[in-house]
Amino acid sequence: MLLRHTPDAIVEREALTVQPAKTCQPVGAMYASLGIYRCLPHSHGSQGCCAYHRSSLTRHYKEPVMAATSSFTEGASVFGGQANLLEAISNIFNLYNPDVLAIHTTCLSETIGDDVAQIIAKAREEGRVPEGKYIIRASTPSYIGSHVIGFANMVKSIVEGFSEPGKKMDHINILPGFVEPSDMEELKRMVKMMGLDSVLFPDTSGVLNSPQNGHYEMYPKGGTTVESLKTTGFAKATLALGPIASGPAAKLLDTKCGVQYELLKLPIGIRATDMFVETLKRLGGVIDDELEVERGKAIDAITDMQQYFYQKKVALVGDPDQLVALTEFLTDLGFSVRHVITGTPGKKFISRVKEAAGTDAINVRESSDYFYLHQLIKNEKVDLIMGNTYAKYMARDMDIPLIRIGFPIYDRIGHQYFPTVGYKGALRLVEKMLNALMDYQDRYAPEEQFELVM
Amino acid sequence: MSEHISASTVKQEIIQTYPTKLARRRMKQIIVNDVKEDENVPEIQANTRTIPGIITMRGCAYAGCKGVVLGPTRDILQITHGPIGCAFYSWLTRRNQTRPYTENDPNFMPYAMSTDMQDENIIFGGEKKLKKAIEEAIAIFHPKAIGIFSTCPVGLIGDDVHAVCREMEQKYPGINIFGFSCEGYKGVSQSAGHHIANNKVFTDVIGQGDLKKEGDFRLNLLGEYNIGGDAFEIERIFRKTGLTLHSTFSGNSTYDEFASAQNVDLNVVMCHRSINYMAEMMEKKYGIPWFKVNFIGAESTAKSLRKIALYFGDNDLISNVEKVIKEEMEEVDAVRLEIKKRCEGKTAVLFVGGSRAHHYQDLLKEIGIQTVAAGYEFAHRDDYEGRKVIPSIKVDADTRNIEELTVEADPVAYRPRKSKEELEQLTKEGIRFNDYEGMMPEMPTETLIIDDLNHHELDLLIEKYHPDLFCAGIKEKYVVQKYGIPMKQLHSYDYQGPYAGFKGAINFYKEIDRMINSKIWGMVKAPWHDEPQLTAKYGWE
Repeated sequence: MLLRHTPDAIVEREALTVQPAKTCQPVGAMYASLGIYRCLPHSHGSQGCCAYHRSSLTRHYKEPVMAATSSFTEGASVFGGQANLLEAISNIFNLYNPDVLAIHTTCLSETIGDDVAQIIAKAREEGRVPEGKYIIRASTPSYIGSHVIGFANMVKSIVEGFSEPGKKMDHINILPGFVEPSDMEELKRMVKMMGLDSVLFPDTSGVLNSPQNGHYEMYPKGGTTVESLKTTGFAKATLALGPIASGPAAKLLDTKCGVQYELLKLPIGIRATDMFVETLKRLGGVIDDELEVERGKAIDAITDMQQYFYQKKVALVGDPDQLVALTEFLTDLGFSVRHVITGTPGKKFISRVKEAAGTDAINVRESSDYFYLHQLIKNEKVDLIMGNTYAKYMARDMDIPLIRIGFPIYDRIGHQYFPTVGYKGALRLVEKMLNALMDYQDRYAPEEQFELVM
Repeated sequence: MSEHISASTVKQEIIQTYPTKLARRRMKQIIVNDVKEDENVPEIQANTRTIPGIITMRGCAYAGCKGVVLGPTRDILQITHGPIGCAFYSWLTRRNQTRPYTENDPNFMPYAMSTDMQDENIIFGGEKKLKKAIEEAIAIFHPKAIGIFSTCPVGLIGDDVHAVCREMEQKYPGINIFGFSCEGYKGVSQSAGHHIANNKVFTDVIGQGDLKKEGDFRLNLLGEYNIGGDAFEIERIFRKTGLTLHSTFSGNSTYDEFASAQNVDLNVVMCHRSINYMAEMMEKKYGIPWFKVNFIGAESTAKSLRKIALYFGDNDLISNVEKVIKEEMEEVDAVRLEIKKRCEGKTAVLFVGGSRAHHYQDLLKEIGIQTVAAGYEFAHRDDYEGRKVIPSIKVDADTRNIEELTVEADPVAYRPRKSKEELEQLTKEGIRFNDYEGMMPEMPTETLIIDDLNHHELDLLIEKYHPDLFCAGIKEKYVVQKYGIPMKQLHSYDYQGPYAGFKGAINFYKEIDRMINSKIWGMVKAPWHDEPQLTAKYGWE
């Protein structure tokens, strides 16, 4: 057994997290920053943070992930990181020439209380920031929230840095949430298909799923351009997908620039995608035949195959916005969603999941971990687990099929290329679930019940 | 590769892209190799601060301590004291394989544990939470030893993890609980963490147990972390030759083996950078001699085995080692010669770690691949120039902050394994005790040596050298490959291995052959790029 020390008996823990179901804010902030065209993320802290975040994102995407660091030493930690950040700013613009520098903090610089805004002002005063270059900053202490909150904070900082109030124009803003580049691409496609102009940000498509053509580009063709970001304050509305990841930025766009927002579930599954499409329709979008066909295909696959989902028990682990939408989708498919666990803190998560499942009789926890989920499953076995790569250890020990969703996925590809949002995403998830469940059935069915046609 | 590009030209072209201040600093870290008599090479600046804003390959002291040195040990329960990130990122990402002796033996490696400090712990202190976390861990996991690893904020807010460990040890006699002050900002790279880990394991673990393994030739293997099963292959070879491996620091290791590591007659060192402190301290305290070995490369493995056999001086062992080498080399050579035909004359650059950039040159050479440029991420001058330069290394403030233990011979446990005369005789016969010759003396003159290579320089190196193979880590992997150049990760081995020993060498030859000669590189450019834009025919044609 890989996890031979996990006892069946659940004893509540107050202080010890075992097998975390979250990581820290800065990695989310770094990911969000990569969704701006020609932006270099910068980690203000020890270089280890930056190395860990870059490694983590690289393993997840199998793509170059560029970011700089203030490389604190013990001296900087005692006397403050101003000198390091000033030197870093000069070096970065000299050597790497980004259009935007997106600085996020770490637990180190937050604990010592560095005033990053003041340091940036000083850098400008000292002429370290070339004309026409932008610096945005987000406070992302690792001891609050999770990687999802870090993402949300950086998206909010993008609004702080670029959105200005002004005369309303005809386009809309889409805040995609902490989703994959493939999802961002799919959302843009759907909005365009409905005839709407949009600015989607951040947008990591093209950045973290860039083509192999024999040329390395430090700033690949992808990411929301500064030009587009500057128009976000003039949009007629914002669609914020996922309240945790996109809520703060949407609210700021409203208070700062008067852009009204709609807070929606991530469009994962039929109902959540319907809601997304209907909202776009209300904003002037046209639902054409092609979109109807896409929806119809997804529904068709579900009606054809729903027997394989019916009353199958499932455990979900990951990030709050994804889990709420997935719970709704899986419940619609006929699954019995039994355990839903996130490491990200936030009490609202519990009521959202229960509402999506349409029942209170479900194990839901925030600020929790994989260890607890494993114990829950030991006590009430499930037929399917959906979670990130770390779920493979318990899945193997208990011989339960696993579908990888969320972050990080270190051991499979696909998430960077194929979406899980929209109708196409729903169809892809349905296929993945069927494959997992049917492969399992094929492996374990008694010989006389081994089915040719399924 | 562009033929005849000189290292001096490349150096000059790199330096001139920097503003003056940066150029001055990097000048000393980018060196054109020049090997003189007695292994004398030019001085390189190493183990100095990373330049802020530079996209570095380096990590932090926590990564060196928890991730590298202690991480591979399966039954020391490890709790990271800090916010969640550090425990998360060091969770199973280093591929240290481990194989518990039985199904029931403890193995905590798949479990990441953290105190997950929250803002109130940062404000009011985290000691209480740490104590509670230790108690909860003991109740669930019943470990015999616990290591606590401090992250950046812990040092700043003044949590005394060592006092917590002492208190918990009193409360739970029988459990060895020790803390590491390996805050990420310590030192200038992972290297500081290695030293911190060595010190604590030496003072708090070694000598605590008395496990004795049977055998006439008992040794420890230091600085081998069992990435991809390297240690398993070395264990296999040791068994076959009749050597008794007592403990590996720290691949596939246990607490009891660490605690009784004094019960051997020899320490051999693989990764000099991360573990030389331990070898030195064990020699001083227990009288165990050490020398450097390298099990990366079939020839290097054979050489290392011969040295070990020579040290023990037993004729049966010596002839057995020769027998094993002969037997293993047959298969190695069959594969090697076949692959060498396809790889001969290719070039490689290696920028990785504190040892691997050196070790892997041997392996590449065996299939005819020349290393044209190399460097370490976090090594010191002695890893480049050899231990002879240690007395002349300037100790700066960052190094001074890492404790240097004063170790003396143990009044009871010190026992010289060899007489002075025997050591002198062995030295004459070619064993270099307490020594490491370094990477540079083994590289040809006119190769380029770069310490702490950064992204900007990586770009330029590829442009200037167009190497056939690039070896570094995960952060560099896909940058290099986007250029259409195969890139081999030498931290994680690209989830393959083992590459150590004889079987490992075979794996590596085959892998490099696959990478360099893969058809896909020829398809990167679409065929129509070589054709004229307009290829349509007119209707009447």
